[in-house]
Amino acid sequence: MPDIHDEDSYEPHPKPGVSHLDYAGEQGMAVEQETLVESDVVKREEARSLWGDAWRDLRRRPIFLISAVLILLLVIMAIFPWAFTDADPRKADLVHNYLKRPDWTDFFGAGWFGYDGQGRSIYARVVYGARASITVGICVTAAVTVLGGLAGMIAGYFGGGVDAVISRIIDIFFGIPLLLGALVLLNAFSTRTVWSVVVALGFLGWTQIARVMRGAVLTVKQSDYVVAGRALGAGTGRLMFRHILPNAIAPVIVVATIALGGYIATEATLSFLGIGLQDPTISWGIDISSAQKVIRTAPYVLFFPAAALSVTVLAFIMLGDAVRDALDPKLR
Amino acid sequence: MGSYVLRRVLQMIPVFFGTTLLIFLMVYTLPGDPVAALFGEKAADPAVVASIKHKYYLDQPIWKQYLHYMGNLFQGDFGTSFTGRPVTDIMAGAFPVTIRLALLAFVFEMILGLVLGLVSGLRRGSVQDTLVLILTLLVISVPVFVLAYIAQTVFATNLGWVTPTVQNSYDLSQLMLPAIVLGSLSLAYVARLTRTSIGENLRADYMRTAVAKGLPRRTIISRHLLRNSLIPVVTFLGTDLGALMGGAIVTEGIFNVQGIGNVLYRAINQKEGPTVVGIVTVLVIVYLVASLLVDLLYAVLDPRIRYA
Repeated sequence: MPDIHDEDSYEPHPKPGVSHLDYAGEQGMAVEQETLVESDVVKREEARSLWGDAWRDLRRRPIFLISAVLILLLVIMAIFPWAFTDADPRKADLVHNYLKRPDWTDFFGAGWFGYDGQGRSIYARVVYGARASITVGICVTAAVTVLGGLAGMIAGYFGGGVDAVISRIIDIFFGIPLLLGALVLLNAFSTRTVWSVVVALGFLGWTQIARVMRGAVLTVKQSDYVVAGRALGAGTGRLMFRHILPNAIAPVIVVATIALGGYIATEATLSFLGIGLQDPTISWGIDISSAQKVIRTAPYVLFFPAAALSVTVLAFIMLGDAVRDALDPKLR
Repeated sequence: MGSYVLRRVLQMIPVFFGTTLLIFLMVYTLPGDPVAALFGEKAADPAVVASIKHKYYLDQPIWKQYLHYMGNLFQGDFGTSFTGRPVTDIMAGAFPVTIRLALLAFVFEMILGLVLGLVSGLRRGSVQDTLVLILTLLVISVPVFVLAYIAQTVFATNLGWVTPTVQNSYDLSQLMLPAIVLGSLSLAYVARLTRTSIGENLRADYMRTAVAKGLPRRTIISRHLLRNSLIPVVTFLGTDLGALMGGAIVTEGIFNVQGIGNVLYRAINQKEGPTVVGIVTVLVIVYLVASLLVDLLYAVLDPRIRYA
């Protein structure tokens, strides 16, 4: 793969795509910066911190750069779909465009990827479909990270009876398969939007993060600096969020990034089964589902939304993989 | 050992009741009237509706419904579906099919996943390793229903090796393709977990000791390395059997396998509460028993773990 190595020297591109990491990095280092004076020492300390190290490591990974560029592109596509195509994704022209084959000369035009069984531009639908997937992915991940992070933090920090109760609740939710639970929940909504999918997946999906967070907090809680903080009279909130959180968040970020791809796939599966998003929302899952009727005669109707979905999921999983490798010193 | 098992079983009891209560609430308290759905477009006679509701205990408060359901469940009665068929009957027809499918998928992902993980974990950075990583990454990112269509089109329609849909679920050659599709995602996880775990254990002290003792390579890998590396893999595989049965909903739909996934999908769509709750309850039991077995297996795999 020669182009991967080309990307190696290509640096300024991906920065905005990793802004969340950057943000977490600032949080992690805030603790140190408080106690140290602005001097050479700070610079060296920063370079040796987990986040600084990870960031330096990440910048040199082709996998990370490729996935970050892809995600950046997808996010822009989700926010400004009209910048990528002039065609209207909902305009159906059965007379002229019924199942028209892809026309490669129509570069970036409406007919580039061909037309579907209702005479709609597949290219436009692929571009506009990014919004539903990206929104669901990011919002569900945000919801489960906050919910699961809080539950795991409280269980791990307080321990004892609180931990036992929260751990059993986690076990209860963990026993219900995500897809099955979401099907049952979403079936109760007669009209389903992106937000109903977010609520359903967020309600059922927080357990994994909670378990990871609880485990991390249990380890970090034993550290000397936490004991010292407590001895110095730091309150519960300060201990939790200033001392423990920055040091326990790394595995959570890794799991959350990888899970993001999974939520996008789950949304597509739900929409595919007819119990996820509905028209007029444009979703790759719905398009793949309606393409199955013409799969023999016009496979391209299935191919393009399926490819877009796979590339999106792939990008987030690669990002998560790269972040994990950078944050996990055991694998260095 | 005995007291550990007892403690674990006791812990499972609240989880069992909690999970079944949760699914019960999700099915019966969310909007959408199942009895009205029975009548379709027609306006229902209120007296008939009331009698049906009474028959299925739907006119009782939700906690009474749950207690009633649980009381019957412990006598082996999973209730009756709204079409009048006992849920046990429905499940007896569909579960064997799904169990065959899931076991086939399970064996496939376990054997191939371990082999691939071993091959790539032992030689990190080699060609095989990169190949396994790329392949598994592709499988993880392509959603199962897309994979199912690709497999169906290539192996059934174009090559004609298998039938596109399953006509006879006793014919394992017909079940092979759906099983491979169903197990493919987990296969990728098993391979990657094994690879990571082996990579970590390769550097362990006991490995250096084993090599220094002059043990043959085969013994080192099978007795020491693999056995110690299996713990995370076993954890995953244990919870995966239940997940495979639940995940069969997509695969069974595309390959027309008349198993639990198909029945469950129809039941959810038609708001067949008793059937949905019954099937999910069985899946929860499978999951709980599997995770107990996994915990007990830890002690077998790693002699350092002893349950007092």
